[in-house]
Amino acid sequence: MTLTELANPTRFLSLATRILPWLAMLTGLLLVIGLYQAALAPDDYQQGATVKIMFIHVPNAWLAMFVWGVMSVASLGTLVWRHPLADVAAKAAAPIGAAFTFLALVTGSLWGRPMWGTYWEWDARLTSVLILFLMYLGLIALWRAVEDPSRAARAAAVLTLVGAINIPIIKFSVDWWNTLHQPASVIRMGGSALDKSFLYPLLIMAVAFSLLFVTLHLAAMRNEILRRRLRSLQMLQASKPVALP
Amino acid sequence: MTALLSLIRRDIRIALRVGGGALIGVLFFLTVVVLMPFAIGPDLNLLARLGPAILWLGALLASLLTLDRLFMADHDDGSLDLILMSRTPLEFTCAAKALAHWLAAGVPLVVATPVLGLLLNLDASATSAVALTLLVGTPALTFTGMIGAALAVTLQRGGLLLAVLVLPLSIPVLIFGVAASNAAIVEQGTMSFSTPFSILCAISLASLVIGPFAAAASLRHGMD
Repeated sequence: MTLTELANPTRFLSLATRILPWLAMLTGLLLVIGLYQAALAPDDYQQGATVKIMFIHVPNAWLAMFVWGVMSVASLGTLVWRHPLADVAAKAAAPIGAAFTFLALVTGSLWGRPMWGTYWEWDARLTSVLILFLMYLGLIALWRAVEDPSRAARAAAVLTLVGAINIPIIKFSVDWWNTLHQPASVIRMGGSALDKSFLYPLLIMAVAFSLLFVTLHLAAMRNEILRRRLRSLQMLQASKPVALP
Repeated sequence: MTALLSLIRRDIRIALRVGGGALIGVLFFLTVVVLMPFAIGPDLNLLARLGPAILWLGALLASLLTLDRLFMADHDDGSLDLILMSRTPLEFTCAAKALAHWLAAGVPLVVATPVLGLLLNLDASATSAVALTLLVGTPALTFTGMIGAALAVTLQRGGLLLAVLVLPLSIPVLIFGVAASNAAIVEQGTMSFSTPFSILCAISLASLVIGPFAAAASLRHGMD
């Protein structure tokens, strides 16, 4: 099964319908395991129980950036290879990515209140993620401003690729500007700074959230394909000549 | 080359004449800056401290206001189609149009800055710092804004959308522009002027490259 074979929406639909229940079950299972492990994880010696916000916050923040990456690849698919499902993938991913970004911001500010003493700080990491959220919303607005999906797809693809510049800025903002948000501690040179009792639940949660994204994305793509079919059926219906009595 | 030069000359001439709207940007800039003392009170010390930020915000909004002229007028009278069909590479054409737009709408903002600096109680060194950062930073605003203008023109009704798409992209320019201007005001030695100023230059240069390509791509894919 190659990417070109998937270009047929009907084949994609049947495949998606077959694997979606399994994906959903696996996601639910991993979420349960991850949350249970996170609940068992010990309290931090400085942060107490609030450290457990990390198990929700960090996967959300990773996914917020990862989804823009997925959309960028899909945009290349739209502009370069003209893959018929690429713009469906890009459009379906945008609201999901916006939701992950929003949750990352909310959980981050809930974590920041007890730890930093403030809900919001104009720190480089926080600001760049807020910009990412605004760009997600702008992209959704762009999708909604145009009726013709293929025309909207190409405009959105250009904007997505330009906005991809923000992703490395978010990633490295904590290293470039040494401000309030802590620098990278999970993936870094010389091994993770996290203790194993925190690291494993976090990794399980990260995999669970990634699977959650894949599940939601496949379902949203399926809905988008069906929505487009419905739209073309309606257009066909409307353009039929009416039989006069 | 002659085609590009004549395009630049034509765009500047249109922008400066009746209905061009380039100088409306300066008028808007003036109005925004004059509004600020009404909003935050006529405290001269406070105004001097906020001055660079006010001037930068005003310039950002003013450049945003005139951006939709960049392609919309040409789209309305059909000359955009001729430009798209011409043999000159579209990337060069976009760069030339943005350059003309910056000369007609961006440079007047920089020229107006010293006068507005007087209103905000900025001394000579602060005013020149703001003018210098604006001179270096406004090309970045025009060239990244061009991407939004190109997207908006392919979507027919892009007016409000343009602002939503362009403003997030212009935040880095604002951050480093204001940081450099503030560094020039604060006592020497506490903050360096050259670091944010060099980053601002780098952003401008990068946008000179990215802007024309992205705008050309969206025009090429969008107009059919």
